[in-house]
Amino acid sequence: MENKLLTALNLGRAEGRPIALATLLEGKGQWLIDESSGGGASESAVLLARKAIAEDRSQVVDCEGASLFVQVHNPPLRMVVVGAVHIAQALSPMAARTGYRVTVIDPRGVFATEERFPGVDISNEWPDEALRRIGPDVRTAIVTLTHDPKLDDAALEVALSSEAFYIGSLGSKKTHRARLNRLERLGFDKAACERIHGPVGLAIGAKSPAEIAVAILAEVTQARHIATTSVTS
Amino acid sequence: MATDLEDVLAVAATWCAEGRGVALATVVSTWGSSPRPVGSQLVVDDQGSMLGSVSGGCIEGAVVLEAREAIADGNPRLLDFGVTNEQAWEVGLACGGKIQVYVERIE
Repeated sequence: MENKLLTALNLGRAEGRPIALATLLEGKGQWLIDESSGGGASESAVLLARKAIAEDRSQVVDCEGASLFVQVHNPPLRMVVVGAVHIAQALSPMAARTGYRVTVIDPRGVFATEERFPGVDISNEWPDEALRRIGPDVRTAIVTLTHDPKLDDAALEVALSSEAFYIGSLGSKKTHRARLNRLERLGFDKAACERIHGPVGLAIGAKSPAEIAVAILAEVTQARHIATTSVTS
Repeated sequence: MATDLEDVLAVAATWCAEGRGVALATVVSTWGSSPRPVGSQLVVDDQGSMLGSVSGGCIEGAVVLEAREAIADGNPRLLDFGVTNEQAWEVGLACGGKIQVYVERIE
């Protein structure tokens, strides 16, 4: 790979642009392809690369009889954590290490500080405002951890109206039932409410904040890679 | 953030800027059970450093050797690994999978 191609690829990734590197596996030829530019590749190679980007899947494709490897570089997955609490402090670095760009939202300035969350995007906005600005998509996970209805519910209203692939809420079974009742009164039907994973995290008997973070991240990972019935029901 | 230390392509660019010879290995195909998905990358330099992975540690040794040769001769390589692999170094995947790795020098 030419160094200038690597530089351009890294620039595109840094800017959060979906981009693909297409490489002929036999013979010479390597191009950077995104939505606006084909980088000099043939028309069919550009189409195949854009299809791979849309599928979010790196793959070898047949391009006019030649093997073309398309490596897809989509923007990082995102995790939005509502509540800059102790569990969030454990979850944020674990999620970052797993490949998520993490944003922690908490309007309570004492909680969401740079000191408590080094290297994490912090928002002191109200959760619904912050979430609307962030615009959760199919590559976004949302976890609410305040168990304060006026903060969590505001976030969940936006979360349930989004395509987020995972929505989880901290709280006991009883707290979760009460939460679902409130959301149903706001007009969210049963199918919508079933998108919320609650109590949050896989049932591994987690106790400490770090253990609970492991349980949450495990459940988010499961939702990402294994289609769950709650999403389709 | 922690992810930056794991960013193989960013590290490849940094090593190039430092004047090192650098090669990139990328998993392009997998069959059966394989430890790392398509697109996984390993960056190797001419001084013995490496970062990232293309397997669970089963074939990295062989890939590093090929990467060093690619740095030396500039030719990209397409390598096949698997349990039925008959290549000279007899490296196989204990998990029973097969993978194909593309190795290229950063020019």
